[in-house]
Amino acid sequence: MHSFLKLSVVQFKLFLREPVAFFFTLVFPLLLLLLFGLVWGNEPAAIYGGFGYIDQAVPGLAAVIIGTIALMSVPVATAAAREQKILRRFRATPMRAQSYLAAQVVVYLVLALAGMALLIVAASLFFGLRFSGNWFAVTAAFVFCTMAFVAVGYLVAGLAPTSRVAQVAGQLIFFPLMFLSGATIPLQVMPDGVRQAAAWLPMTQTVLLLQGLWFGQGWNLPALAMMAVLLVVGALLAAPAFRWE
Amino acid sequence: MQSVIEVSNLRKRYGSTLAVDDISLTVQPGEIFGILGPNGAGKSTLVETIVGLRQPDAGAVRVLGLDPQREHNRLVQRIGIQLQHAALPDRLAVWEALDLFASFYVRTTPWQPLLEAWGLAEKRNTLFANLSGGQKQRLFIALALVNDPEVVFLDELTTGLDPQARRATWDLVQRIRSQGKTVVLVTHFMDEAQFLCDRLAIIDAGRVIALDTPANLVRGLDGGSRVIFAANGATPLQALRALPGVSQVERSQGDVIVSGRGDTFVSDVVALLAASGSPFQNLRTEQADLEDVFMARTGRRLRD
Repeated sequence: MHSFLKLSVVQFKLFLREPVAFFFTLVFPLLLLLLFGLVWGNEPAAIYGGFGYIDQAVPGLAAVIIGTIALMSVPVATAAAREQKILRRFRATPMRAQSYLAAQVVVYLVLALAGMALLIVAASLFFGLRFSGNWFAVTAAFVFCTMAFVAVGYLVAGLAPTSRVAQVAGQLIFFPLMFLSGATIPLQVMPDGVRQAAAWLPMTQTVLLLQGLWFGQGWNLPALAMMAVLLVVGALLAAPAFRWE
Repeated sequence: MQSVIEVSNLRKRYGSTLAVDDISLTVQPGEIFGILGPNGAGKSTLVETIVGLRQPDAGAVRVLGLDPQREHNRLVQRIGIQLQHAALPDRLAVWEALDLFASFYVRTTPWQPLLEAWGLAEKRNTLFANLSGGQKQRLFIALALVNDPEVVFLDELTTGLDPQARRATWDLVQRIRSQGKTVVLVTHFMDEAQFLCDRLAIIDAGRVIALDTPANLVRGLDGGSRVIFAANGATPLQALRALPGVSQVERSQGDVIVSGRGDTFVSDVVALLAASGSPFQNLRTEQADLEDVFMARTGRRLRD
């Protein structure tokens, strides 16, 4: 437990000292929010069920935060630590892989929640953010979806032979998801065909789950089920794929 | 006394190469045991198998009475390892590394004195990426000592260091031993093994080709020694050749090289030169060394 706490604190500090990761996780979603807000504003619109553009964009951008952490930070950081022989040094100690991974996941969750909090504060200050849901439910769903994507991120890291491949693979997964899932471009404005195809993407289900809770429509059970499957399958595949060197 | 390390008939194969080929050895408490050999001889594989980082294909290993595979967690609590290839996160500070590693162990020694002892006190807030090669090496040694281990494994610890830093590191290795710890030192430096090790195994192509104290290895070679001096003019070459124990006398670019063996060989040569009144300068002696031992057993030089 002692080493788990130390590992968590150290991982957190290391993240804060990494300017690029810091920017993408905490600043990039904020910039998107400001851009969207300045272009489209937050006037209530029928297409968004009486909510404004920003009201539906915030739960969407929550998925962007999840994606940058789980599909950009996790694969590269993990594969690089392996490649640079950092994990090799840790393995020559009594530290267990479970403690190491648990500490990392906790730090990634804290960062995701911090990014989300920044987004909500900024959207409230500048665009009068509306919210009709339950904060506890939204937070729980957000953490759950983050864990599911983090498992996928570890799977990518385990399968990729080098950190460079891990980076490219993460981007290849993340960027299409970012534009097709409703995370940045509202699903409501997409052509029917694209929207139906996009429904199969796990990030679309994340956006639908979070937006449903955000608008006070309760839990979107099919979306929840898909994320649960992603979490279980991702974790089951990622665990044996983990390599120390 | 019970051995600290017992290795018997150990084998480890990588693809088609036998990295460790039927190696047996024991290491006694409190000694500095060397594993000397050229690059690629299988030294690191041997050590990594001994500490349980690699699984042997055949043979048995016991360290402190423990099985390094089945009892890995209990074993790593009691040993310290400095790996040849290892790193820390670039942006991790020196003190954070020690503080973190200390948290992995049940039994630890305070890390502030370790920083002092290894000359890192002024670097405590420096990030790993900003340390010099020697400082990184010393940090890894300090990390290997943070659990006050009974056995310390040092793999190529002076590679990449300048001569002055190497000598300083040798002193520190002797200090580790003086604290009652057993040290296993992996090196491809002949002088390092000769200077530091109480006993050493010379490894080539995955096999132990010699195992003894450095002095016994050289003595067993019966290589004798050489007396070399600069001479101008009348050196009594015939009289030198006639001395008992002298096997060869040759001239080489103004130097005279007298080869021979025996307890009085060197003093006989010097006495004869003094008695004959022939001028000589810059007289020195050369002993056979571990390089010659390796050469004699393999026909190759260690540093090739």
